[in-house]
Amino acid sequence: MKPFGFKIATTHTIIVDDKPLDTLSPISGQVPTFRRCMNCGGCTATCSAAHFTQFNIRKIHNLYRWHQIELPKKELEKCMLCGKCTLVCPRDVNLRSLIIYMRRNIDALKKKEEGEQ
Amino acid sequence: MAKRFWNEYQKEIADDHYFYERSCIRQTFFPGSETAFLRILREELGKDIKDEMNQHTCTGIGYHSDVVPFETTMVIVARLFALMTEDGYENYVPSCVTSFGIFNEMVETWKEQPELLEKTRKILKETTGRTFEIPKNIAHPSDIIFKNRFKLKEKMKYQLINRRTGKPLKVVEHIGCHYAKIFPSKGIGNAEFPYVLAGMIEAWGGEVIDYPERRHCCGFGFRQYLVQANRGYSVANTKKKFESMEPYEPDFIVTNCPGCSMFLDKWQYTIAEIENKTYDKAGYGIPVLTYEEMAGILLGYDPWELGLQLHQVQCEPLLDKIGIAYNPNEKYTGKDGKMLPTPEHPQNLKV
Amino acid sequence: MDTPKQHIVVIGGGPAGIVAAAQLAKTHRVTLLEKNDKLCNNITNKFKLFPNFADADETAAELIATTKNENITVNTSAEVTKINRADNKWEVTTDKDTITADAVVIATGYDIFDAHRKEELGYGIYPGIITSLELEQMMKSGNVVTRFGDKPRRITFLQCVGSRDAKIGNHYCSKLCCVTAVKQAIELRKISPETEVFLFYMDLRMWGQGFEELYRQSQEEHNVHFVRGRISEAASTYDGRIQIKAEDTLIGQPLKMNTDFLVLMVGMEPSCGTKNLSQQCNISGDYGFAASKTPHLLDQTTEQPGIFLAGSCKRPYTLSDTINDAYAAAAATERYLNEKA
Repeated sequence: MKPFGFKIATTHTIIVDDKPLDTLSPISGQVPTFRRCMNCGGCTATCSAAHFTQFNIRKIHNLYRWHQIELPKKELEKCMLCGKCTLVCPRDVNLRSLIIYMRRNIDALKKKEEGEQ
Repeated sequence: MAKRFWNEYQKEIADDHYFYERSCIRQTFFPGSETAFLRILREELGKDIKDEMNQHTCTGIGYHSDVVPFETTMVIVARLFALMTEDGYENYVPSCVTSFGIFNEMVETWKEQPELLEKTRKILKETTGRTFEIPKNIAHPSDIIFKNRFKLKEKMKYQLINRRTGKPLKVVEHIGCHYAKIFPSKGIGNAEFPYVLAGMIEAWGGEVIDYPERRHCCGFGFRQYLVQANRGYSVANTKKKFESMEPYEPDFIVTNCPGCSMFLDKWQYTIAEIENKTYDKAGYGIPVLTYEEMAGILLGYDPWELGLQLHQVQCEPLLDKIGIAYNPNEKYTGKDGKMLPTPEHPQNLKV
Repeated sequence: MDTPKQHIVVIGGGPAGIVAAAQLAKTHRVTLLEKNDKLCNNITNKFKLFPNFADADETAAELIATTKNENITVNTSAEVTKINRADNKWEVTTDKDTITADAVVIATGYDIFDAHRKEELGYGIYPGIITSLELEQMMKSGNVVTRFGDKPRRITFLQCVGSRDAKIGNHYCSKLCCVTAVKQAIELRKISPETEVFLFYMDLRMWGQGFEELYRQSQEEHNVHFVRGRISEAASTYDGRIQIKAEDTLIGQPLKMNTDFLVLMVGMEPSCGTKNLSQQCNISGDYGFAASKTPHLLDQTTEQPGIFLAGSCKRPYTLSDTINDAYAAAAATERYLNEKA
């Protein structure tokens, strides 16, 4: 190949799979309260980790919903599972449980990917 | 065709006596296109069009790359208008879509802010001694071809029909962002479903492909390709369009804008080199023609005189599909009869 | 009961006109004019009504039954062409005849926004892009299938089509599309549980009683996916589905996805009748809606003595708003007639 001095950029756009979200990830069955989040951001506002790092639990679970797992995988490690987010949520979403399940699902997915390679 | 909201809308296009402004880059990349346009207007349509010797850049590429300031562009544009005024013309026809956007932008700016017009007049007078009138009509050459598409059809020797199957050729059209996205009402058919090229294709027997990324930018983007390290964004945009049009198996692409013709053509080579991927089944790439070249081959002009051999993706398979006669031995014979250097063969893109 | 003394013309046979007519007919003679061949078209073209999923046809039938009154003359297929002041009265001219009235109630209502005007959304160009009204009718017929005859895999709603849009010239919120989409999403999931439903919004305005609960119910029980962002482009895919582009503004990333139907939640605009009559009476307000005297205390009265307004000829109204407003319009008319007598 000729040395072009650049690479073809990859897209930043989320391409949503034709398969239903719930087929791709069982999260809304595992944590049914997750469905009713209305994105108020109360969880992030009170989060200890969010005050010192880029960790934004509201944004992370939205990314996860679209099956964008690279950033969530890295970010979810910052959570210390104190549970304050769950305490403040006006829609009573079980965020603590959501975080644990997201971590588990992502780990399982990564293991599967590694196994396939 | 489905009922579209802007279907009925027709912009005003002057009927005769045009002042032609050439493009900076088209004469290098598609050297036969502008000559073909002048020939079509003069010989086929009997129009009067002035090809001014003293013309110069509109600053478009510099302006959109933040190299040339707005005030400078206004004065440069004013000088071009002064040439038109001195030649006794009122209808301005810029060959390039970027220029078309620039002229409309300056004229609209002057309408909104008359003090900038006065300032421009003053600077032009002080620096060059020239005065100018704002054109009565600004039309892109494709507008004029569109307007006369049925008249031209009568003179055409060929149609956009596959000679072997008898079916219409499947054509991707791309009008260029600055043709209608800046001022939708300055384009035929508005910005979302522009009809200027589609109208030619339909009139001349072809079928327009409406693929999902039809309205997406070609990837030209000025700054995105001027800086080498940024070219990955440019080519990624073009790739996005190719991926989207690929399943429709287009026979060729026709473009309105110098940048679009250039990148839709040349990036096929780049993508083939980097990813070993072509977007036609046979591996030759999808030919990209300007609208003048499309009109030219259908009118029976010699493909080599139109400069089709200077494209990246070679046009012979398309010419064969339409049934256009050409002499392969003359492909690289120059205007002076001497042989042009023949290009190297790319590694992955077949020629 | 006293003999009806005065004659009132009510223009528009929707819920506002019917309620005002029925109310005024208790003491007066009323002529109810409707341009279509039947009453309550804007209700019967629905399937179920929010927020309680009441049957639209049954609701319309109950309303229409109240016009069976000896003091009410219902003239359908009668479009008002002219309205003018004559002495102390009003002359209302239809394509059939001219009627003299002591007072007139304008209840000419709304039309839905013409989605062709948002050309980038592909309505009328690509099959599969439909208005909320067309979806309503599809659900009413019980036949929610793609043009290929399949159950849709995915249906996507887009809010604020023709509302809150400076390009279109409609700066206002149409007020009921938010809850309508939520209602339709729930119905869809009930009719076709295998269909995944997305709803793209800029703000969710769940202002009415039971609306917020409906929103929550749609998420919790029906797994409707809400995405904050506006779809800016729709196109056909190679296999005849719809490709949409939007941003998920809550994560700040653009997204692209395919859907079988894109449902455009078209807003409310003044109907032709509303625009024409309010112009003729010099009571034309913002966007061509009819203007009342003041928004609070004199909202059913106009600058023209004897002309009253009821319902969505003034602004976007829900059915409940409309019915309440019609009672108020009848009361204002009654008051005027008493003072005049």
